[in-house]
Amino acid sequence: MDIMNIIVCVLLFSGLFFLTGGAVGILRFPDFYSRLHPAGKLDTLGSLLAMTAFALFNLHHFSMGALLTSLKILLIVVFIFLASPTATHGIVDAGVRAGLAPWTKGEKRR
Amino acid sequence: MDKQEEKGLGHEHNTSKVENSDQGPGRRKSFGLYVVTFFIMFGVWVVLSGKFDPFHLSLGVISCAIVAYLSADLLRPTVRGLLILLVRWVPYLLWLMKEIFKANLHVTYLVFHPRMMDLIDPKIVKFRSKLEGDLALVTFADSITLTPGTITVNVSPDGDFKVHAIDKASGEPLPGEMEARIAKAFGESDG
Amino acid sequence: MDSIFLYSSLYLAFLMVLSLIRALIGPTVLDRMIGVNAIGSKSVVLLILIGFLYHRVDMFVDIALAYAMLNFIAVLAASRYFQKRKGLYDEALYR
Repeated sequence: MDIMNIIVCVLLFSGLFFLTGGAVGILRFPDFYSRLHPAGKLDTLGSLLAMTAFALFNLHHFSMGALLTSLKILLIVVFIFLASPTATHGIVDAGVRAGLAPWTKGEKRR
Repeated sequence: MDKQEEKGLGHEHNTSKVENSDQGPGRRKSFGLYVVTFFIMFGVWVVLSGKFDPFHLSLGVISCAIVAYLSADLLRPTVRGLLILLVRWVPYLLWLMKEIFKANLHVTYLVFHPRMMDLIDPKIVKFRSKLEGDLALVTFADSITLTPGTITVNVSPDGDFKVHAIDKASGEPLPGEMEARIAKAFGESDG
Repeated sequence: MDSIFLYSSLYLAFLMVLSLIRALIGPTVLDRMIGVNAIGSKSVVLLILIGFLYHRVDMFVDIALAYAMLNFIAVLAASRYFQKRKGLYDEALYR
């Protein structure tokens, strides 16, 4: 295990940790609007960390093809960063137009 | 029937007017815009195809030239403005990454807290932003969605924001520092 | 390193099962859509992990990119479609 593998493992495990938070969060939160918080934020950061780990690990045996593949992985990250807030906003907008009332403190979970 | 026709005509008139007003000095078909669009697209082409023989490169040049000719209007600001914008964006992006990290730790703490139902107190916050440009508003809305416990529900073109905040502490500091930083990045701060 | 990737992908599959539960029990259509969106964003990561397991990342990264775009477009299209159905949900009746 050299230092590169340790960095990759730390990044990958922190990414998996945030993805776990996202998956548990959409099960535990009480209503539709608050479920979007873990789905929109934690999944984005978890994907970012895991993808960075993959791009670094891919550069381990350096070559032109490996560099291109790493660039493609970073392209996916940029795309996720643009697309995830937009998708979240699309779902929230659909909820507002359908007339879903937000959960307030004291109600039972839906 | 007549009324409908009138309505249709009026609508047409309206759109043509809008187009006319768009052809101001910023709309000048400058050659530099095509070049910048072409090079951005060609970079993406090279990364995606990964082949460097003359055949594939010439295919890329042809298709990028066609698409750049069709859609150079997408990058509305002039070339120099775009470069300045990119330079200003870098510190904002770094700051945003730090904020995203803090926000995610906060939401993860909420998710794994055993008495989560007592901690969260969702409500909808409304405020009016001072930002003006379309790009600035979109950046602000996306940044709000990605940072502390808040999701943008609705934005009007005038800058009226409706934000869903998950607890009291995360809804209060809006618009606050983020708006000031975006205004600085887009050069809209009047002092 | 291969075994770490193998166990990580198994764990990701487990997380996708958790999201699938939300997609199954969600009271409204939009809750199910959140679950499907979460599954999609996890499967992008899972695809690249599978690429590392088979030592063909250069092939799987294209599939992952296409899947990310497909997921985004599917969510946008579905949310545009369902927002026209006013009164589809029980909660809307209480207002």
